[in-house]
Amino acid sequence: MNITLRVWRQRNSDDTGQMQTYQVTDVSPDMSFLEMLDVLNENLTISGEDPIAFDSDCREGICGMCGLVINGLAHGPKERVTTCQLHMRSFSDGDVIDVEPWRAEPFTVIKDLIVDRGAFDRIIQAGGFITAPTGTAPDAHAVPVPKLDADAAFDAATCIGCGACVAACPNGSASLFVAAKVTHLGLLPQGQPERHSRALDMVAQADLEGFGGCTQIGECTAACPKGIQLDLISRLNRDVLGALAHRG
Amino acid sequence: MSSVSDTQFFTVGEPLVDTKAPAVPVNLMWDERRFQAKLVNPTNRRKRSVIIVGTGLAGGAAAATLGEAGYHVKNFCYQDSPRRAHSIAAQGGINAAKNYRNDGDSVHRLFYDTVKGGDYRSRESNVYRLSQVSVEIIDQCVAQGVPFAREYGGLLDNRSFGGVQVSRTFYARGQTGQQLLLGAYQALERQIGAGSVEMYTRHEMLDLIIVEGRARGIVVRDMVSGEIETHMADVVVLGTGGYGNVFFLSTNAMGCNVTATWRAHRKGAYFGNPCYTQIHPTCIPVSGEYQSKLTLMSESLRNDGRIWVPKEAGDNRDARQIPEDERDYYLERRYPAFGNLVPRDVASRAAKQVCDEGRGVGPGGRGVYLDFAEAITRLGRKAVEAKYGNLFEMYAQITGEDPYVTPMRIYPAVHYTMGGLWVDYDLESTIPGLFVIGEANFSDHGANRLGASALMQGLSDGYFVLPSTIANYLADAPFEAADASHPAAVEVTDAVRERVQRLLAINGTRTVDSFHKELGQIMWEYCGMERTAEGLTKAIGLIRALREEFWTNVRVTGTNEELNQTLERAGRVADFFELGELMCIDALHREESCGGHFRAEHQTPDGEALRDDENFAYVAAWEFGGDGGSPVLHKEDLIYEAIEMKQRSYK
Repeated sequence: MNITLRVWRQRNSDDTGQMQTYQVTDVSPDMSFLEMLDVLNENLTISGEDPIAFDSDCREGICGMCGLVINGLAHGPKERVTTCQLHMRSFSDGDVIDVEPWRAEPFTVIKDLIVDRGAFDRIIQAGGFITAPTGTAPDAHAVPVPKLDADAAFDAATCIGCGACVAACPNGSASLFVAAKVTHLGLLPQGQPERHSRALDMVAQADLEGFGGCTQIGECTAACPKGIQLDLISRLNRDVLGALAHRG
Repeated sequence: MSSVSDTQFFTVGEPLVDTKAPAVPVNLMWDERRFQAKLVNPTNRRKRSVIIVGTGLAGGAAAATLGEAGYHVKNFCYQDSPRRAHSIAAQGGINAAKNYRNDGDSVHRLFYDTVKGGDYRSRESNVYRLSQVSVEIIDQCVAQGVPFAREYGGLLDNRSFGGVQVSRTFYARGQTGQQLLLGAYQALERQIGAGSVEMYTRHEMLDLIIVEGRARGIVVRDMVSGEIETHMADVVVLGTGGYGNVFFLSTNAMGCNVTATWRAHRKGAYFGNPCYTQIHPTCIPVSGEYQSKLTLMSESLRNDGRIWVPKEAGDNRDARQIPEDERDYYLERRYPAFGNLVPRDVASRAAKQVCDEGRGVGPGGRGVYLDFAEAITRLGRKAVEAKYGNLFEMYAQITGEDPYVTPMRIYPAVHYTMGGLWVDYDLESTIPGLFVIGEANFSDHGANRLGASALMQGLSDGYFVLPSTIANYLADAPFEAADASHPAAVEVTDAVRERVQRLLAINGTRTVDSFHKELGQIMWEYCGMERTAEGLTKAIGLIRALREEFWTNVRVTGTNEELNQTLERAGRVADFFELGELMCIDALHREESCGGHFRAEHQTPDGEALRDDENFAYVAAWEFGGDGGSPVLHKEDLIYEAIEMKQRSYK
């Protein structure tokens, strides 16, 4: 198939950037979206143009490095996949496809389709962990964890930190990202001692980074490649309220 | 012991000995070594600086642990966050000798299985320690909140993996690597927040700095600004992963590369067993020329999936139309004791053989079926979904086929590299003060790695082994004062700048990827699942010619002073050429078959790998021979005291 791409080009964070149009011919439906961009980049390189910069690493949907807004949708039109898992069979011959970076104030565009997601790391630094220095652990069977809690914790822990939730949210909120970690650790017995401080500190850091507030629109869940559920944000809110009440 | 002597491709140097393992029985060594080791007083630790390159299970765990211990740590990764290191993609699980199943497991059995699985080409002392430490890893991860699979009683679940007959693999659905890495990442971020670890993301190591014979620093490129920076410390640790991307197509992430370890090799670190690569049997077959990477389907699928091909060559019927008695479940037939759970090297080679016989399935005939029909009948679709749901989903995304209805098609692909920089028992390379951990070193897996052992080794090295052994080294500090203005540092930094400019100046007609793909094809054809002296010799010539063309005809667009992904890739591919040649030389010199290294000239009458313990029971540690020179082979004899060497049999 033949595809027309309109791609965001921006030389660096100081540049204003603009959309640019490219034709890609002989696209196989079995190609991934990123492989299609690889082919375009090979052609651009040969013709002496600067290839399009985009992030990707594992290309199997788990590292969270890739992320493009495709036709206005974070990670594109297909549900529950990352950009790297999106295949061209989701598109048709003659399609015009818009490709943009994540748009959110805390995610500065570094070049073309690449953004800085360092804010997510700083949110984890603020409290997204269980303090368990190496060597201090009791036997793994010392504390049984009910299977349903363990399974729910796992579901929340599958967040890959890609930032699609933020890109999809009209408020640019990181609530789903924060809620996923607060839920993962807060459901486990090991996570209880720091449960209150974790929720408060992570939310405070998200505010500090400039992420917006949550108004329960649900675009985040719809865009999440791992299907992290919206009700986790309710749980986060309960944890924050509980922590505030506890703090008095 | 060995008959190997100088050839046109290499020369033979002095033998190499690991002097760090204490002379006590293997089960007492680690205790003895830790007792002998010098310690660093807590108040002195903050005066000692440690550079760690890589943030995967090994690097991330080491950075977190050394930060907690009070050292001043600088940690580097090429990704935008330490959480993205490729350990995250490991699916199946992590082994530990917990014996929670009461099925006869023990530290000694895990040790035995790992040495046997490695086809008696790994070092006993290291593997024994790995098995001992495995028990602590699970405890540590659970304490961090890693959500391992559990049973209804609330205790941890286990499953079985290839090459063993006990259930000792802990797992978190099909995302064990992700969950273990996030545990290490969170511990690391805690230390970054506490100020004990300085994190440098989007920074790529381009060379190693040696001062007065000790590794003291690295040169990195800031991948956003292009600035070439010099970082100095008391000690340097590489946890930079494997080099499978020399084949272009592999299950590795796009950015995985050999540059950090290769640059260290050029500076004097010996490279151990570079030809030992693991071809994983269960990957999704190649679909076209544009293919950028291959995706693994976890080996855990072999617990319930049955592998087969049609009995008749050229049988093109739909899989469901082929009756039972016209199917060849070739692993169950050839290896009744282990069946579909034979080790990876055995399963991969068997798949290649049936495809070579014309019995392969799918486009191009390079594929075999992995069939869940029987499991779905036996367990119900729901149970299969609970166990493997995310893997089935991933398969459907990529191929557009539903594995609940038609059998999966799989084919072997490059997955892991057992070779790596040579290290002693302390994980120190032949350069004093350069430690190498995880997949980047050569030490624990011999000629073939068993499933669920890579995560174990990464975390063992990072959380437990390195933090003990590095203290012994740092206890001798302070070393000579050396900052970025030291002549040795300036010289290396200038050389890195010059090399970058050289790549940018070529301005030829071919893309970096086109060279990388061609190199990959040469490696896969001649240094892949089956190797011959003739093919390897040919490959060396082809690689040399291609490398020469690369340096005169590659096109690297843009400048250094910007985010430039073409430049990043060009530097990595340039190093892959040199590594690829050494891999072929190593494979050529090893006139035997062992584990993942299969030389067609050396096989049993029924096609199994034929080892030559008389002449090749050694680690091949290669010294860099200079540009245009020949590498020098140093042999470390492998001495088995706790385990008797046998022909590996899974029948």
